[in-house]
Amino acid sequence: MGHACYRIFLKTVPYIMNKPEVIGKEGLNRLIQILTGMGYQVIGPTVRDEAIVYDSVHSIEDLPAGWTDEQEGGTYRLKKRSDEALFGYTLGPHSWKQFLHPPERRLWQAQKDSLGFDIVPEKLNNIKYAFLGVRSCELHAIAIQDKVFIQSPHTDLHYQSLRQNALFVAVNCGQAGNTCFCVSMQTGPKVEMGYDLVLTEILDDECHTFLISAGSDAGKTILKAVEAKPAGENEVKRAEEIIANTANQMGRTMATENIKELLYENVEHPAWEKIAGRCLSCANCTMVCPTCFCSTVEDVTDITGDHAERWQKWDSCFTMDFSSIHGGAVRNSTQSRYRQWMTHKLASWQDQFDTSGCVGCGRCITWCPVGIDLTREVAVIRESQPDQAGKLSGSGGQNENS
Amino acid sequence: MVPRPFRVKTVIQETHDTATLDLQPENPEEEFSFSPGQFNMLYVFGIGEVPISISGSSNGSDGFFHTIRDVGKVTHALINLRPGEKVGLRGPFGNPWPIEEGKGKDVVIMAGGIGLAPLRPALYALISRRDQYGDISLLYGSRTKEDLLFHPEFEIWKKKHGIQVKDTIDTGDRSWKGNVGVVTTLVSRVSFDPSNCIAMICGPEIMMKFSVLELVHAGLAEKNIYITMERNMKCAVGFCGHCQFGPAFICKDGPVFRYDRIKPFISTREL
Repeated sequence: MGHACYRIFLKTVPYIMNKPEVIGKEGLNRLIQILTGMGYQVIGPTVRDEAIVYDSVHSIEDLPAGWTDEQEGGTYRLKKRSDEALFGYTLGPHSWKQFLHPPERRLWQAQKDSLGFDIVPEKLNNIKYAFLGVRSCELHAIAIQDKVFIQSPHTDLHYQSLRQNALFVAVNCGQAGNTCFCVSMQTGPKVEMGYDLVLTEILDDECHTFLISAGSDAGKTILKAVEAKPAGENEVKRAEEIIANTANQMGRTMATENIKELLYENVEHPAWEKIAGRCLSCANCTMVCPTCFCSTVEDVTDITGDHAERWQKWDSCFTMDFSSIHGGAVRNSTQSRYRQWMTHKLASWQDQFDTSGCVGCGRCITWCPVGIDLTREVAVIRESQPDQAGKLSGSGGQNENS
Repeated sequence: MVPRPFRVKTVIQETHDTATLDLQPENPEEEFSFSPGQFNMLYVFGIGEVPISISGSSNGSDGFFHTIRDVGKVTHALINLRPGEKVGLRGPFGNPWPIEEGKGKDVVIMAGGIGLAPLRPALYALISRRDQYGDISLLYGSRTKEDLLFHPEFEIWKKKHGIQVKDTIDTGDRSWKGNVGVVTTLVSRVSFDPSNCIAMICGPEIMMKFSVLELVHAGLAEKNIYITMERNMKCAVGFCGHCQFGPAFICKDGPVFRYDRIKPFISTREL
């Protein structure tokens, strides 16, 4: 008898663990309250300055209900939806890196004294973030930054501390944008790794529900407190349909086959000069990119000259200063800076971190003021290769259905 | 990421624009050791921080030499420090010269200008186990005779340690009786067995490029040639992205590279 029970236990536990549940809008609100009560600062999508940006969220009232976005190269517009979807848009200019790897932070302070000066390191920030509405491509982007700041010979303790304290409530994308290509980069749209809880928003007729399941022990504990209902077969099926539908909507395609070799072999290529004719070297692409990690330091001294501070700030390989050494900048031309960015992102990143630096979120296309599209630029180089003659279709770029 | 306190023990004026700081940890308990070729990030209060190679350890004290040429705000402030003054130090960073790989072989060292500074500890390491190496040569080029670095030591290296030391300058005057011309012209004037030899080169990129050509012409394999690369550097630990050179981060994958491994990248302009 006892033996039989044991067998049932083994069989059913994994089933219960993975079984998705369902909550309504009030359940989602409860989730936000629970996270806040646990000491998390809940950050999620909100509308500000006519864009979806990530900011503090106190209830579902703060979420962008009924909004969607239209994106294209150099274009981003918010638009009203016909329904009250809370996650019915894709990605705005923000990514979660602004919280885990902030645009600026003080590294240390130094005070002049009779013996010279004394350096006081900055204390570790032990803030607990709960990120709500994280998309699959963004979880992949965070995993990529983990490789840079944690899984390397040195560890960025500030990043590590924020990262370890953070909780991720992910969302499966219900629609893809015109500049999305996560399917090409194998980073979405289905959330499959790095989450504590995952939601799929289901809007059918009068019904507005969220399929929810846990991806970690912390997620499981929280899900219990949310008091969700077990999901029915229909809801699970509907969620799968939504994700499959999103996967079929990708506005862009990137042909990734041998992309490292392609770019390494084409460091000298007429395409770079052509891109430079349009590129403003403004650095927007690097600021919105969820994986771009470059930073600089600025030493500042107050007016007394007795107090100095070192600040780390986001930097971009598109600035002239970035490559300056004694004697001048190494990368003087715009074409060399664009080449550095794209070759790093898609090729040398693989050698450095064993992964592509691109997750296919499309932000660099949308937020480029002149609409430079890296999927198209890669395709231009690929199509120019002798062995590509005659098979020009499918090498990447804008999809016809978009 | 936070500098450790070090103090200037002595300042040695090397040339009209170059000085060596002997830096000692402020706290005697502080552990510090380095390998030849590694560098430190040196911070001057209120001015800033720059990467400086370690140019040797000082005899009879626990100090470390840093040879600095006055080329910018921070280096200017550094060489004008006085004994007793404090600097912040982070390091050591980077990978070293192939001292171990060179055992049982001839060694050719080629340096241009301040490029001799990171090679001096390599030379010291070879000298400290002189019997384990074959012929050792130092080929050194500088702009003028006033710019020749560590010149007083050349005689010691020659006479006491049997090193073939050849120097040359770009521009000579009447008082100069030595060689005039680029450093590559010295390769044919020292003896080494190209089939059993390693080379270490440090200097301006263009000088290293032509030195490699000359050594390859003399019969050295590209995999036995090591060079150092310089790029902008902020963090020195692989986070800031500034020092990227193709797939390499100079700070953690370099600054010393085996030539054959970076050859595809070094010939590309503005990389």
